[in-house]
Amino acid sequence: MPVLPVSRGPLSAALLAALSGPAPGLDDAEALRDVAVPSPADPFADEDLQLALYCAYELHYRGLDGVDAAWEWSPALLALRGRMEAVFEAGLRALVPDVGPAPSAEDVDLAIREIAAEDAPGLSQYLQRSATIDQYREVLVQRSAYQLKEADPHSWAMPRLYGAPKAALVEIQADEYGGGRPERMHARLFADTMEALGLDSDYGAYLDRIPARALSTVNLMSFFGLHRRWRGAIIGHLALFESTSSIPNGRYAAGLRRLGRDDEAAVAFFDEHVEADAVHENLATVDMAGGLIRQDPSLAGDVLFGARCLAELEGAWTGEVLAAFEAGRSSLLHPLERTPVAA
Amino acid sequence: MSDETRITAYRDGPLVVRGPFRLEDQDGGEIDPGREVVALCRCGRSRIRPFCDGSHKLVRFSAPSTREDRRIAARPAD
Ligand code: FES
Ligand SMILES: [Fe+2]
Ligand SMILES: [Fe+2]
Repeated sequence: MPVLPVSRGPLSAALLAALSGPAPGLDDAEALRDVAVPSPADPFADEDLQLALYCAYELHYRGLDGVDAAWEWSPALLALRGRMEAVFEAGLRALVPDVGPAPSAEDVDLAIREIAAEDAPGLSQYLQRSATIDQYREVLVQRSAYQLKEADPHSWAMPRLYGAPKAALVEIQADEYGGGRPERMHARLFADTMEALGLDSDYGAYLDRIPARALSTVNLMSFFGLHRRWRGAIIGHLALFESTSSIPNGRYAAGLRRLGRDDEAAVAFFDEHVEADAVHENLATVDMAGGLIRQDPSLAGDVLFGARCLAELEGAWTGEVLAAFEAGRSSLLHPLERTPVAA
Repeated sequence: MSDETRITAYRDGPLVVRGPFRLEDQDGGEIDPGREVVALCRCGRSRIRPFCDGSHKLVRFSAPSTREDRRIAARPAD
């Protein structure tokens, strides 16, 4: 379980202070009413807001060390989370004001592919060609906010679906979770890569170093995943995620090999994603997203909205990391110690 | 799970195989896919053939999902 992080402003300070005490009763929805939620111009770059939201969501995953489990369903906390989500959602709507014409079940794969084609290869190309091992380690730390619970946010969608799109989602997730072999679970493969590069693979170990933009990409999935009304968006998110994975992961692996890291532990996560996501992409766009729209054409706009939101937040994140690397800066809030030199 | 094997041709992409199957080289040696559902490259550009690695998108591979017919109409006999 992650330990409580250090606060990044008044909102996260108030939330974390509350979480270190007992949860208020179920009849107390007002306990956090006086905690102010800011409305920054760019909510996705706001450290205070993204950290607070990340912690609120974490209660639904593996929890936070030392936090009363009753907080998960505290009406007071849900009310505060709802106010944070309103800011988050308004930010998304500002980024993606219009998704254009809603695709049919038969051509949603083309619509998703079109969004995927806009995916800027900047970061994966940089890693392939020029990154140092320390920059790789930073990217792993950034990604650990999601990858150590890889696939979990999309699993929230399962009970909200039925029939063909559900079968496709489960088919994908079974693979994400290692097909019955815990050592092949993608989150485990990611942990192995972290360890191979001298990092701590404990869940949440680096939370204090991970900037808002990386947290926002995880909050996006939790937001869509935890609200049934956004089931179209979480499906669209996964469809695009799977469609923008094989090629970048191939580049990530190539960069590690360029740096002399061809060992299984270091590269298995990336190699696995090249192959797995070449399968998942088809299931996710045609069978899952197409299947959902066939059942309920009114969700087609949400499917594209989810995909577009992913493209926006991911693009902003990779842009920030790349800018830091190109300027010779650390991309983290607090840099790591340099790679321990092998004796 | 059904014991029927299904092979689906995805538009502009691979052939996805589901169900029981054995993949082998021409000498009968097994090629272990390491997963239940596999994607077989049909664009020819993958770097991990016979599996698809997504390269079909980079090369803008185009093929219908249904059966293709590009046979040139026979010239009328004279
Ligand atoms: S069909 Fe995907 S790489 Fe050839
Ligand atoms: Fe994965
Ligand atoms: Fe995947």
